Amino acid sequence: MEDIIEVENLTKKFGHFTAVDNVSFKVKKGEIFGFLGPNGAGKSTTIRMLTTLLRPTSGRARIAGYDLEAQQDQVRRYIGLVAEKIILYDRLTADENLQFFGRLNNLKPAVIKERSDRWLRRLGMEEWRNHQVGTYSTGMKQRINVVRALLTEPDILFLDEPTLGLDPQTSRLIRDFIAEVNETGATVILTTHDMHEAETLSDRVAIIDCGKIITLDTTENLKKMVKNISNPTFEDVFLTLTGNTVRDIASSRITSASRRWHGRPTNRVR
Amino acid sequence: MKEIISHIWQIAKKDLIEFSRDRIRLVTFVIMPIFMMVLTGFIFPSQTTLKDVPIGIARLDNDQISEQLIKALKNLSMKDSQPAFNVKTYQSEDEVKEGIKKQEISGGLIVPEDFSTKLAANGQAQIIIIEDQANPQISAITTQVLEQVVNTFSQQIGTQKVGYLLQKEKVVPSGEAAEKTALAFLKPITTKLLGLIEGETNYFEFVAPGIMAMVVMTAVMTGLAGSVSREKEQGTLDGILISPISRLAIILGKATSQSIRGLAQGVIVLILAILLFGVKIYGSLLLVFLLLILGIFSFVGLGILVSASAAEQETATQILFMFQFPMLFLSGVFFPIQQMPKIMQQISHLVPLTYAIEALRKVMILGAGLTDIRTELIILFSFGLITLAIAMPLFRRMITR
Repeated sequence: MEDIIEVENLTKKFGHFTAVDNVSFKVKKGEIFGFLGPNGAGKSTTIRMLTTLLRPTSGRARIAGYDLEAQQDQVRRYIGLVAEKIILYDRLTADENLQFFGRLNNLKPAVIKERSDRWLRRLGMEEWRNHQVGTYSTGMKQRINVVRALLTEPDILFLDEPTLGLDPQTSRLIRDFIAEVNETGATVILTTHDMHEAETLSDRVAIIDCGKIITLDTTENLKKMVKNISNPTFEDVFLTLTGNTVRDIASSRITSASRRWHGRPTNRVR
Repeated sequence: MKEIISHIWQIAKKDLIEFSRDRIRLVTFVIMPIFMMVLTGFIFPSQTTLKDVPIGIARLDNDQISEQLIKALKNLSMKDSQPAFNVKTYQSEDEVKEGIKKQEISGGLIVPEDFSTKLAANGQAQIIIIEDQANPQISAITTQVLEQVVNTFSQQIGTQKVGYLLQKEKVVPSGEAAEKTALAFLKPITTKLLGLIEGETNYFEFVAPGIMAMVVMTAVMTGLAGSVSREKEQGTLDGILISPISRLAIILGKATSQSIRGLAQGVIVLILAILLFGVKIYGSLLLVFLLLILGIFSFVGLGILVSASAAEQETATQILFMFQFPMLFLSGVFFPIQQMPKIMQQISHLVPLTYAIEALRKVMILGAGLTDIRTELIILFSFGLITLAIAMPLFRRMITR
């Protein structure tokens, strides 16, 4: 399978602090690639670099065959982003937001309309499309936000903690939707510290801590790495690799993540 | 190119829709220029006229002649036939000085004891004018008017005396001709004041173009920086930045929406000035708009620089305030820069606002044409071009650190 993202020795320093430290990995076309790590591990920084929003201090990356540094505009044509903060204007309606971002991506109004119709219906947001986004709940905003990221039908979809702070219903809806989008051929890069989100969605997971990738493999193989616990959960894998020490606010979220979730089959490596 | 223009317009349109739905911002947008106009229009004294200014007079001489002088002062009226002075009577020079100290009066006039005796003896009499140094602006006009009144009065007495002499010595036959000749002797040269436009101008006509330029340009600068840093903070800027559009389109889109808003505010100021304060525009309205647009253009680069360098809205506001405050005084919005010391005048000519205001005054008050403000137009345009050329690459670098 062809590699759609190739990252080589990517590093980002903010002053003396190294947020991403010499990271290298490859993402195959069509896979869901999970980035798992505690808060402040460097997940978001990596995503921001790969989406042209941050300039790497050193290292190289090719996205969809284009050089991240030299061919930013071409790279931008192939990516969609759901960032930490919701990229929507509160005083614009859902439709206006989608039209605005669609037009910036050189889509014709009719095309934007057709695509948003389809996805708004799928995500149950059709009747709200003419309301200002500021009146929505977080879950509603995030659904529109995902539609926005998909407008260009990007080859690569970057999702930075897409279900953070959402209720179980919306999280489930969005996860299912991500899987559907992936079925149509889009490559998905997903950051999360939600264990079962990483486990159920990802084909392969990179566990990142302190700016470095500690390990990178399929979820099944990662589980095999834990020798001292019989029938380990994915959380056991994570804690074994990143240690039990509580760091800042990261820990509370990690330990509260649900232990088992028997949902969709997890082994979708192609 | 067509694509860039379309992107610029998309961003500008989005900004304007957002703005039009924000009631609070909309209200302040309209109220701010109204405040500026009303405050400056009503608070600043109209410097050419005096109205009911309290002055103190101590007449230590009891003659008829000094009484006539006091009467002339009391009856003195300016434009709208209101008395210029509100005359209070005091008994001595010290009492007048005390009155000024207590700020009961804004100046004083002393007629010394020997005033009429000296005049009767064909000597030179003296009137003492006391100024209120705590209040230089009012005092300057007050003393000037007092001196004028005394001079006119003195001239009348002189004319009478010389006329009498001429008649006595039979230089001229009649009494009437005698006074005419006497006046010609005493004041052989007269002056005539001629303006470029009809009627009188007031201080407000001087201030209005300055306020207009200032409101428009600061609005564009703060608006631009605020809008970029707000989007940075909210995260929506990321959505624009990951679109495959020219970085130039992003900043020009923002600049366009801010310029449209700035112009709208300029129009509000202009309408208020015309309706509320009777300001007349003697030059071409089209030229006024051209100047405003060029003025805005000259500030866009600075606005971009601030917005690119400030990560947060608050920082942007602080940087802007640092720029705006000195600019307000340097650009001659409220006082003519010709009154400033040489060095400050030179500094003030580094500020583009100065040129915009000078040119606007020429057009609005003096009816100047395109050729008269050529220099200012060129300077504004070049300033804009240079700052933009510096700001654009910096913006590109700073938004993606």
